[in-house]
Amino acid sequence: MRKGASWFNVTSLVLGFAFLYLPIVLLVIYSFNESRLVTVWGGFSTKWYVELLSNQQLLDAAWVTVRVAFFSATLATALGTLAAIVLARSGRFVGRTLFSGMVYAPLVMPEVILGLSLLLLFVAVDQARGFWTIMIAHTTFAMCYVAVVVQSRLAGFDRALEEAAQDLGCPPLRTFFSVTLPIILPGVIAGWMLAFTLSLDDLVIASFTTGPEATTLPMKIYSQVRLGVTPEINAVCTILVGLVTVIVVTASIVTKRQEVLKERDMRQAEAQA
Amino acid sequence: MAKKPIGPIRRDFAPWDDPQARPYIEFRNVTKKFGDFTAVDNLSLKIHEREFFALLGGSGCGKTTMMRMLAGFETPNAGEIFLDGQNLAGVPPHRRPVNMMFQSYALFPHMSVEANVAFGLKQEGMPRAEIAGRVEEMLSLVKLQDFAKRKPHQLSGGQRQRVALARSLAKKPKVLLLDEPLGALDRKLREETQFELTDLQQDLGMTFVIVTHDQEEAMTMADRIAVMDKGRIVQIATPSEIYEVPNSRFVADFIGDINLMECKVVARNGEMTKLHAPLFDCAIEVAQSVEAGIGETVWFAIRPEKVRISFDEPEGPANRLTGEVWDIGYLGDVSIYHTHIAEEETVRATVANRSRVVERPMSWEDKVWLSWDRDAGVVLTR
Amino acid sequence: MTSVDRTSVATTAAGSDIPRPPRRRRSAGGWLLIALPYAWLIVFFLAPFFIVFKISLSEIAVAIPPYLPTIDLAEGWSNVVDAVGAFSLENYIWLTQDDLYWKSYLSSVKIAATSTLITLIIGYPIAYGMARAPREWRATLLMLVILPFWTSFLIRVYAWIGILKNEGLLNQALLWIGVIDQPLTILNTNIAVYIGIVYSYLPFLVLPLYANLEKLDISLLEAAGDLGCPPWRTFWTITVPLSMPGIIAGCFLVFIPAVGEFVIPDLLGGSDTLMIGKTLWTEFFTNRDWPVSSAVAVILLLILVVPIVLFQNQQQKAMEKSQ
Repeated sequence: MRKGASWFNVTSLVLGFAFLYLPIVLLVIYSFNESRLVTVWGGFSTKWYVELLSNQQLLDAAWVTVRVAFFSATLATALGTLAAIVLARSGRFVGRTLFSGMVYAPLVMPEVILGLSLLLLFVAVDQARGFWTIMIAHTTFAMCYVAVVVQSRLAGFDRALEEAAQDLGCPPLRTFFSVTLPIILPGVIAGWMLAFTLSLDDLVIASFTTGPEATTLPMKIYSQVRLGVTPEINAVCTILVGLVTVIVVTASIVTKRQEVLKERDMRQAEAQA
Repeated sequence: MAKKPIGPIRRDFAPWDDPQARPYIEFRNVTKKFGDFTAVDNLSLKIHEREFFALLGGSGCGKTTMMRMLAGFETPNAGEIFLDGQNLAGVPPHRRPVNMMFQSYALFPHMSVEANVAFGLKQEGMPRAEIAGRVEEMLSLVKLQDFAKRKPHQLSGGQRQRVALARSLAKKPKVLLLDEPLGALDRKLREETQFELTDLQQDLGMTFVIVTHDQEEAMTMADRIAVMDKGRIVQIATPSEIYEVPNSRFVADFIGDINLMECKVVARNGEMTKLHAPLFDCAIEVAQSVEAGIGETVWFAIRPEKVRISFDEPEGPANRLTGEVWDIGYLGDVSIYHTHIAEEETVRATVANRSRVVERPMSWEDKVWLSWDRDAGVVLTR
Repeated sequence: MTSVDRTSVATTAAGSDIPRPPRRRRSAGGWLLIALPYAWLIVFFLAPFFIVFKISLSEIAVAIPPYLPTIDLAEGWSNVVDAVGAFSLENYIWLTQDDLYWKSYLSSVKIAATSTLITLIIGYPIAYGMARAPREWRATLLMLVILPFWTSFLIRVYAWIGILKNEGLLNQALLWIGVIDQPLTILNTNIAVYIGIVYSYLPFLVLPLYANLEKLDISLLEAAGDLGCPPWRTFWTITVPLSMPGIIAGCFLVFIPAVGEFVIPDLLGGSDTLMIGKTLWTEFFTNRDWPVSSAVAVILLLILVVPIVLFQNQQQKAMEKSQ
């Protein structure tokens, strides 16, 4: 690897990241705009954030969204982890192709199709729509993402660890809980976080599968956005972006730190030997 | 009376020579296939109690599959495996009284050294106090008492290897399986550990089965070696027998360096056989009776260190060759001389460098004589 | 970092490297392990497609649910037979008669394909730059690509409205520089849709491509240089062919979901922007014609089956190659 990136590489990176981040940065900046006209800068203000707190409808929607996201992420993580283990471990079985197809397809399937098909299922079994139907829908598509994330963690997993546990007298199920799960835990946690944010973000599937009494935050944002850009929405978006950024950056710094510490330990151990 | 091969012999320990001895581990006509690939082909094998047994072979020869079937990770397609008289069919890995030391060590990364060693003991429900005692005993056995609280990634390769060993010994299994146990260590550490493992096995009186592709490892440690190729055992014998009396060209070639000459049997006279190697135009006399008729093709195999090389013409009509030094490999302790015989063929001779200076060093293109004793080589019929 | 990213999804989907283990005997627990996620996906993923298909053969009705016939097993088998007898291909015939639909399909595919190409042109230099960046930077760069993934899709599309509209930030900036003297109309045109798709899906393309380019052995490029190949030709004859699996994976990951995209054409596109996701949405929510929207979904699915299968085959091939 040549040190010192070429001017071409640097330029493409700078332009690329500017393209990725500029819109979000602008959105954040204009959420602190005094003026109601979102594109005219009228001085710094936090008044839109204060106004948000009194917007009961928005707060209700946020609470629904968080609850849906929490439950669906948890269920999706359990099912997705099982699916990942099946894909990575179960060898060939009848219907394996169908199974792996069903796990991978939702990753690229248009949301309108997923939403429509689930809605029609709920109608067909005469299920009243609302909180629980959104949760089931989100679980279904999020579990596939969890499965892929956990599977990538399992791919780097040394099977000999499980064999060693069994060799030392540990039955298969206990092996899973005392050896496999602790080791793939970072992947499982990442999967949960992914499922949580997917559910938090989703507009299309929730719009199809919801009922009259359950409105999620993206649905609320969407209905307002259709009427035009408003500083309140900028503020909501900024809060969401900030929250996610803090969590993701913290998580990655913690992971990175652990890796660095581990590497240091390993170097020390080799040096001592 | 034929002479015995040289090499160390554990006095009074040769249960394999006793037809009455009950084998401790027995493979009976075991076959294992992976799809179209036959990893182990109708193989039978007996291993005795307190034996240090090595399965030796190149990659894909089936040695690892043998070990994994013994541990229970693979199920044979046909045949049976017995351990101490018990048929192991259907016994899952966690109920088998064997423990394995994995090639990758397979130390649980989220547990301390202590917890790794205690893992197996916890599974059998040993009381806590007893576990602590056993763990301490095991860690002192591998000289790692001071490292009990560390995590695997805080250990060096050699230390990890010892933790893996301690963990697999902690349950005092009937049989310890070692899968390439020294493969990941550097050369110096490997040599030390080889002797430590042998001592440990002697002290504990346990049966060790080791899988390795490294002949040196097998030779130093094992009581007996099974040389495997394509899912079959080619030869089972003690290390010295394998080296000095290989039963086939495959084994002769696989273990160490050897010169092979294609020959015709010229005469047979009791313990003496006369051969002729046409490509070398060489008469060979061997102190060995051969199961081949006059005129049949056999191979004469002789190790390079048993070939003498000199400027002076040796005495006698047989077991001598003349040629030109083609290449010299100077390794420090020994030098290997590649000598061209009759333009086409090469014979290698190894000479120990006993003194630092020589009066007349051998050089490229020197005319030299090669010779050997009647009992220096063996005749192979396959 | 890779452990916490939505895009290890994209990268693993691209370079999935789990070898297929051999068939082994399974305990009851093993079967349960398979059965749980399997059953969930069959009930909530596969079965709904059949219902969509069934309803696409039904007729619209002023009822709840708004289609006929409905199948009620409680009313016996004859009811089912009657219902099946009442099925018709009418909705599909309707799709061919009204040019709105086939124009939507065509324009969706066209918009998705064009945006995929633009994404590739923009994304390749980024992925390349990342892969050639100093090693200690790469984790950070990777995180920077992944981070937008975690922020809401809706928000990221919404952010462009404020930038692209007539009195928006882009026009203000251009007017201020003096490049233009009249504001450009970008929002509510297809150009805005292209921008939205490229922006939203860029990480999907960069990640598998980066994963591929990062593995590229530099000594191959050095060897080409050593043999007298100038850098630009080395790029075309060595780097690009070797990164083909990454390019293909990335393009599929952009193209397939882009065809069915709804939010981007709805928020950024104009009334003349035809995309099938939007058409389906309108048909369903505005016209409340469930049978026709089901038929639209079935056809969309049929269109996407080809690229999805191609994608999975390519994954399979890449996987076998890596073994």
